[in-house]
Formats: sequence, structure tokens, C-alpha cells
Amino acid sequence: WRVGIAVIAKENYPLYIRSVASQSELKFHYTVHTSLDVVEEKISAVGKSLGDQRELYLGLLYPTEDYKVYGYVTNSKVKFVIVVDSSNTSLRDNEIRSMFRKLHNSFTDVMCNPFHNPGDPIQSKAFDGIVSGMMVQTG
Amino acid sequence: MEQESGAASAGTFIPLNEREHGFYSGLHALCQADSSGTGTLSSCKVATLFKASQLPPETLHKVTEVCGAKRLGYFGVTQFYVALKLLAAAQSGLPIRLDSVTTNLPLPRFVGLQIEPELQYSTIPPGADVQGAPCGSGPGSSSWTPADRGGTFRPLETNTEKKEAWSPPRSPCASPPRSPVIYHSYPYNQQRNGLDAQTTYESKHSSRPTAQLEQHSSPSNYGTKPTMEHSAIAQASSVERLDQQAVVYHCNEDPWRITGEQLEYYTNQFKSLQPDLGALILGAVAKHFFTKSKLPIPELSHIWELSDVDRDGALTFSEFCTAFHLIVARKNGYPLPESLPVSLQPGLTQQEEHIPDTPESIEPLIVFEDEESRPSKLDQSIVELQSGSTTKTQDKTEESSQQDTASVRAGPAPETLTLRLPAFPQRPEPPQDLDTQWRTKTRPRSYSSTSIEDAMKKAEEPPTPPPRPQKTHSRASSLDLNKLFQQGAPGLKSGWLLHPPALPPRPSTSQVSQTQQIKVQQPNFADFTHFREEEESPEKPDEQRLCSRFGPSTEDLTNPYKQEAPAGSHSQAPQKPARRKYHPETPNPDAVPPAAVQFPPPNKLTQRLLSKQKREIQMAIRKNKETNAVLTRLNSELQQQLKVAHQERVTLESQLDLVRPLAST
Repeated sequence: WRVGIAVIAKENYPLYIRSVASQSELKFHYTVHTSLDVVEEKISAVGKSLGDQRELYLGLLYPTEDYKVYGYVTNSKVKFVIVVDSSNTSLRDNEIRSMFRKLHNSFTDVMCNPFHNPGDPIQSKAFDGIVSGMMVQTG
Repeated sequence: MEQESGAASAGTFIPLNEREHGFYSGLHALCQADSSGTGTLSSCKVATLFKASQLPPETLHKVTEVCGAKRLGYFGVTQFYVALKLLAAAQSGLPIRLDSVTTNLPLPRFVGLQIEPELQYSTIPPGADVQGAPCGSGPGSSSWTPADRGGTFRPLETNTEKKEAWSPPRSPCASPPRSPVIYHSYPYNQQRNGLDAQTTYESKHSSRPTAQLEQHSSPSNYGTKPTMEHSAIAQASSVERLDQQAVVYHCNEDPWRITGEQLEYYTNQFKSLQPDLGALILGAVAKHFFTKSKLPIPELSHIWELSDVDRDGALTFSEFCTAFHLIVARKNGYPLPESLPVSLQPGLTQQEEHIPDTPESIEPLIVFEDEESRPSKLDQSIVELQSGSTTKTQDKTEESSQQDTASVRAGPAPETLTLRLPAFPQRPEPPQDLDTQWRTKTRPRSYSSTSIEDAMKKAEEPPTPPPRPQKTHSRASSLDLNKLFQQGAPGLKSGWLLHPPALPPRPSTSQVSQTQQIKVQQPNFADFTHFREEEESPEKPDEQRLCSRFGPSTEDLTNPYKQEAPAGSHSQAPQKPARRKYHPETPNPDAVPPAAVQFPPPNKLTQRLLSKQKREIQMAIRKNKETNAVLTRLNSELQQQLKVAHQERVTLESQLDLVRPLAST
């Protein structure tokens, strides 16, 4: 049961945050914010990264008792963060990877739109649709 | 208001239901004279209205008479209403009398298009009426059949078409055209609801149309209005003259279909941005262009998302048409669809894009014409299309990614052109196929490489290089070994390095050594043969050859060997060159005379010089290859030996280090 998906820009401000649970949205934002530290740490560790897609996927950033946070960073230092419920043990790593791939693809679609300025919040319906689909998918 | 008897009765006793009242008031407003304030109606406008009712003239006269206008000489409100009622009665077949007015009648039907200045349309009305019935598609409006409506009441025969003229290219994209020419037929039923929705975005046009209404309700044209909402009148928004009559064909089309004239307009605009119709318009260019339409950026962004189906950040011609059309529709008040309408999907627009392509390439033109004349070919091409749709999409993606010219499109042109000619039901299928293929195709990205495919391709590319390093590995290892022996064997390094390129000069060296003998060439080759014969024996002769070639360098070679390998375990290898070290000096002449001795038969062959030379060249090549093989084998073996030697050296050095501190202390 997905909790939320966030897209964070290079300068570490959110481009897109969307979560399922409306009441714990603040907590979700907080989680994403704290996960940025871990992401940064992982990015700096991978010094020789040449953009291999496997290295874009950061994997499980940290698990807590409530949820697990997965990270993914693009070549342009845009970060995707997925937060999932810990109770959902059926989610495999491959699935998370595929989700990130889909996110990345949709994100590049948005970027390709000449009317979208990089750095603006993402306001694409197609992107919204994909995210919604993903949030529902593993429900 | 004066009230004749008839009029009075008409005025007071005619029950007008709400619907009729609204309708009539609308018509009344329509027929209002310019200077009206008195409630009298312009007779000519009324006349046109009556004509639009498609009743015979004598009926109309009767109606006029009965309603009292004739007496009055003008149409007042009551007369007008009575007249309308009478018209309705007449249309339903009732006699024109005041009595019939009182009954509950359906609304009078008025045929005629809306306020188009074109005279051509006056001829259309009867036809349009008929056509208007089956066509009822518009955004959000369901298909309309007269049968559905005929029972309860007769709605207007649709013809509240929503038409907006298309301003021809006025200036190079100075301002986007006002509106496309779109016909709409709305079922009356839904007009009320639909119009409520439309009023919101039609309201902005209302100012213009009312003025134009007066202007355009010329005798020859007449348009019926839906009821109630004055904003419904606003449907005649932004009426501008059309240049072409292509609009006529589209009275029953939905707004998302691009008309021929629109297509031409789009083509011109495309050309103004990008002369080559087969090429792409880049995103930035398109953005600049579409921003001029003054639509809000989020909407433009959404339009882009809808139209850029291959998602490459650039617009092909069909995508451009789609985008343009959406913009135009949006400017005319159509809400943007969530997904691309069927008629705008790339499969369809591709057909149209080939229309402008045809002038540019002869082949599609021919095909196009041929297709029309050879329907039998369609079946084949349809089959091809079904099977080749993947190739076509691949072609499309290649085109989009490579910016091919129209000539490339000519290839899939025959396939796509068949889309038009077969029955329409087939048409949704290929576009849907294309659509799914577009969607499932993982991003033919030409301008970015973040997709899985690209990553996989990149991953695939590296595997091919690995074999190459393997080949070079042998050299690299020799270089490594050179580094290993660098301290003591610069000559070795040079010797090894000299090794491969020096093969061809080998005969020359031997030639040099045989300066005396002029019959040298063959002996040169002969040396190889000699060498080959020697090959069969173990590598010694190879090394001999090596050493013989490198005379002094081999001495260096052998010396380090000797020095660094005091232990005789691997002395065989160094000894071989060492042994031969002396040989090069002496046995060379010895080797040469036997070579010379062995070749009196070739000497005989010298008479047939040319063929012999050719053969020998080939033999030399073969021998070179064989020597290469042998030498590589030798190389590897020597390397192994070198490794062993190195290891021993390392152990010895470590022992030495162990011993040395003790010695120093």
C-alpha cells in the first residue's frame, strides 16, 4: 500500500509530491525530507558513477518500523523517492525498480514539453495519471 | 399594440408553452429590425424566416394573412408569434387557420444554416437538413437521430450549426486564426443542456456575433437559433469569410476533424516554421509559435502532451497539425480533451500529411492516383499495413529521430494512403494499432538517452569491444612484460616491439645479408620457405630467425635473459637465443648458402618470372600468416616463461630483502 511518491529537484526542493493518505501527508513530507540526507550520502559515495542505470537506483534508503523509503536519482540530480508501507512485504526490488523507471520516463516526458520550465512544479496530467496508476497498482 | 380581432385572439388566447415562447422570442430577436424598439420586425427578415420553414409560398401568404400581419402591414410580436404557430401547424399538416393555432403544436421547423454570408450555403439548407439529421456529433453531444426526437416533439432540424469561420493565413503566424470552420449539429434536446455549458465559453464571443447577426441575416441566409439563451446566438461567433468551400463537406464532422482547408493552413504555418514538411519542428520553436496564441501555458503544455505522441520533444507535421487544431479548438471554446480524440490521432493525420507530401515527391503522387484506380491493390496494401504497421511506426520513429525528408515518408506512403481508401471502419483500427504501438514503444528518443532501451543498447555496445581488448591483450601483456623488464631490458622492449612490424622487412634483411646474390627476390621468399621448413622443428628456429634478424638487439635480449635468470631453470629459453647468438654472425652466411643451394629449382623457374613472382607473393603471404601464428604461439609461451621468471625473481628479491637487514646489521 503505497504511501507516496515524490520528485525532488536538484536543489532539493520538491517538484512533485503526492501521497495517498491525506491525514498523514505531513508525515510523508517529513519522511521525504529526511530521506534526502540519505540520498545525498549515497550520491556522494558513488563517485565514479557514469550514469549506469543500475546506479541510478539507490535502493532501500532506510527502513523504519512503519515504512520503507526507496530512492532513485537521475543524471541531472533529480531525485525520486518512493515511500511504501512496511507491511507491504510483497513488493519486490524489481517492482520498485520498474516503478522508478516508469517515473523516470514520465518525468522525461514532462521535461520534453517545451512549455514546461525545468524547476517548475510538475503540472502534467499525464504524469499525474501515471503516478496515480502506480499508487493504486500495488494496493 | 393594435389588436385586430384575429390578432387579439391570437395574442391572448394562444397558449404558448415555455418552449415555444423561448423559441419564438429568439426568432423574434433574430428578425428584429435594426432600429427596432417598437417590436416590429423587419419584413424581409421575417420573409427569410418563412422561407426557411420550407413551406410553399402560398402557405406563407396564408400564414401572413391569418396572423394579421398583412392587415397590419408589419409583424408585431403577436403577429409574429401567431405566424410561427401557423407555420408549425402548416408543417405538421394542419390547415392554416387560427383554430389550429390553439392546439399544442410542435415548434416550427426552420431549415437553413446559420448566419453565413456565403451564398453557397443557401443551397445547402435542404441538403443540410437531411444531413443534419444523421450527424449529431459534437463535443459532448450524442449522436442524434430524428427518429428519437420525432415522436415527442420536433426539435429544430439541428441546424444550429456551430460554425466558425476560418481566417485564411493572414500573416505569418502573427495571430493564430480566429477559429476553424466547424459545423455542428446539436440535438435540440441537448442544446439546452449543452448550451448551458457552451454559454460559458461562448459568452466571450457574444459581443461580436450579435452585431454580425444583424449583418448576416441577409435574405439568402438564415439560421435558426436555439431557444432562450441569447448566448446561443453567439454561436455565430467570429464569422469570417471563407475562401474555400471545403467547409461544406464538414457539416457533419466533429470538431476534432481537421478539414482540408485547415490542413492547408496548417501546412503553410508549418512551412513558415520549417520548410521541410518531413522534418521536425523543435520544441522551442513550437513553443514560441504556440505561445502567440495567447493560451495559458498549462493549456499549451497539455496540448503538447496530447499532440507529441512519439514524445521526442519535437513536432512532426502530423503532430503539428494536431497541436494546432487543438489550440484552435481551445480558442473557440472547446474544452481540451483528456486524451487525443480519435480523429486527431496520428494514424489519421498521417494520411493527411501525405497530401502535402505528394507535391514534393512523385512517387506517392503516383501511388495515390493509382490507389484510387486500383482498388484491388488495397487489399494487399491493407494486409501490408496490418503487418507492416510496426515497420511503419519504426519508420516513423526513425523519421522523427532522424529528421528524414519526405522521401523517406514516401516509403510508408503507400501503406498509409491505403488508410483512406478502404472502408472507414477500418480506419480506427490502424490508428489504434499505431496508438498502442506508440505507447508500448519505449521511447524512441532522439534527443535524450534516458530510456531503458538506450541503456540496454549502451549495455549491448560494450560487449562488442571486449573481444578487441583481448586481441590487444597479447600486446598489452607484452607491454606489461616490457614494463617488468624495463629496468634491465630496454633492448628487449624494443626487440619485442620491433617484432611484429619487422616481419615484412625480413626478406629484405636477409636480402641485405645476401648482397652478393642478385637472384635475390626469390631467395627472399625462399628464406621464408626455408623458415617454414625450419618451423616444423621446435621454436628454436623461430628464435633463430628472430635473433638472426635482430642481430645486435637480440644480443641485448639474451644478455638480460642471462643476467636476470641466473638460475638455469628457464635457461633453455634464453639459451636458445644465446645459443643462436653466435649463429647469426656465422651461420647466416651458412644459412644463406643452404638457402641458395636449395633453390636451384627456383632458379629454373625464374624463366617464368611473372607467374612465379605472383605465386611466390602468395606463398609469402601464406608464410607470413604462418609465421604470425607461430610467433604468437611462441610469444605466449615465452610470456609464460617470463611470468615464471618474474615470480622467481620476486621470491629471490624477497629473500634478499630478508637477508639484507641482517647483513647490514
